[in-house]
Amino acid sequence: MQHESLSFIFLNAAVVNNFVLALFLGICPFLGVSSKKETAWNMGLATMFVMLVSSVSAYGINLLLTELDLMFLRLICYIAVIASAVQLVEMFIKKFSPTLLRSLGIFLPLITTNCAILGLALFQTAKEYDFLQSVVYALGAGVGFTLALMLMAGLREKLELADVPAVSQGAAMSLMLAGLLSLAFMGFAGLGGSHG
Amino acid sequence: MATLPNQQEKLSLDTFLRGLWEENPVFVMLLGMCPVLAVTNSTMNAIAMGLATTFVLVASSTLISLIRKLIPKQVRIASYIVIIASFVTVVDYVIQAISLDLYNALGAFIQLIVANCVILGRAEAYASKQRLHTTFINSLGMGAGFTLALLALGTVREVLGNGTLLGLQVMPTNFEPWVVMILPPGGFFVLGAWLLLFAYVRRRRELRLLEQEGASGAA
Repeated sequence: MQHESLSFIFLNAAVVNNFVLALFLGICPFLGVSSKKETAWNMGLATMFVMLVSSVSAYGINLLLTELDLMFLRLICYIAVIASAVQLVEMFIKKFSPTLLRSLGIFLPLITTNCAILGLALFQTAKEYDFLQSVVYALGAGVGFTLALMLMAGLREKLELADVPAVSQGAAMSLMLAGLLSLAFMGFAGLGGSHG
Repeated sequence: MATLPNQQEKLSLDTFLRGLWEENPVFVMLLGMCPVLAVTNSTMNAIAMGLATTFVLVASSTLISLIRKLIPKQVRIASYIVIIASFVTVVDYVIQAISLDLYNALGAFIQLIVANCVILGRAEAYASKQRLHTTFINSLGMGAGFTLALLALGTVREVLGNGTLLGLQVMPTNFEPWVVMILPPGGFFVLGAWLLLFAYVRRRRELRLLEQEGASGAA
C-alpha cells in the first residue's frame, strides 16, 4: 500500500473511513464531550495533537522494534507512548488555559484510553505507511474526529430546544443521531477506499 | 456506586449479579462502546470479543488486586495499563493461533481491548481497593455483563441484517435483509434502541414505585 497518494490518505482518514462514524473508534469522547460546540472543538484539537505526537512516535518505535525483533512488545510500547503524550498535553493546557482544563474535565486524561489514537498507531503499522504518509494519516484522522465531534455538538445544541419524549432523552437520542450521521457519511464511500 | 471507597466488600451473590444488570458496563455505565459497536455485526464475532474481553478483565483485575499494595499511588494508572496490555498481547497471540479467520474478522479490535475503558475503570474503581476473591467474582460478573450486551447487539444485527444466526438461516428465504444493520449506522441504531428499551423499563418501574408510595401515603 506504499503507492497511495497523500491526498488520498488524508481524505480516506477524514471522511470516507471516518474514525468515529465508520470505524467506531473513540466513541466515548464522541458521546461524552459533544454537548457544547466550544468544548468539542477544543477536545478535537487536543486529540489531533496527541494523534500527531503518537503517530510520529509509533513510527519510530516500530522501526526500532522491528530492528530488535521484539514485535510482541509493540502494543505495550505504543500505549506507554500515548500515555506520556497525553500527560504532555495536559501539562501544556494547564499552563495556558486552566478554564479549558476544567471544561474538558475527566475526558482529557481519558484520551489515553481513546481507542482512536491507539487504533491510528496500529493501522498505520498494519498499512506500512512511511513517515510522511503516517503524519498525513494522523492529520486526516484528527480532522475527521474533530469534524464528527463538531457535527454532533451542533446537532445536540439544536436538540436541546426540541421537544423529544422524556424517555428517549440522553444517551439513546445521541446514539440515534450518531446513526443518522453515520448514514450520511456512508455517502462518501463512493469516493473509493476500502474498509480498514 | 454501591461500594464505598476503602471498604472491603463482603462476597455475596450480588457481587456477581451487579455486573449483569444493575451496573451493566454497556447499558448502564456506557463504557467500552467502541468494540460493542464495531464487532457486533455477527453473533460469532460478538461471542469471541466478549470472551476475550472477559479474560483480560478477569486476569488483569485479579493481578491488580493481588499486588494493589505494592503499586505506588502516583504511577498506578501506568502500571494498570502495562498489566492490561500484557494480557491483551497474550490474547492476541492465542486467537491468532486458534483461528486465523476470527483474527482477521475482529481485526485491530483485539489489540484495542487495551483501550477499553471498562477494564481500566474496573481496575481503578474496584480491583485497586478490594480483596482478591471479591475482585475475581465481580470482574467475572462485569465480563459476563459485557458479553451479554455484545450478544444482545450481535444477534439482533445478524438476524435483521443477514437473516442468519451463527451462520444458520433463521429468517424465511423471501426475507429481504436490512443491509444497513450490518453496516456502521446499524450499530448505532440497535444500541440506541436497546438503551431506549431499558430507559422505558426503568421509567415504568420508577412510576410504579411512586404510585405505591402515593397510595400508602394517602392511606
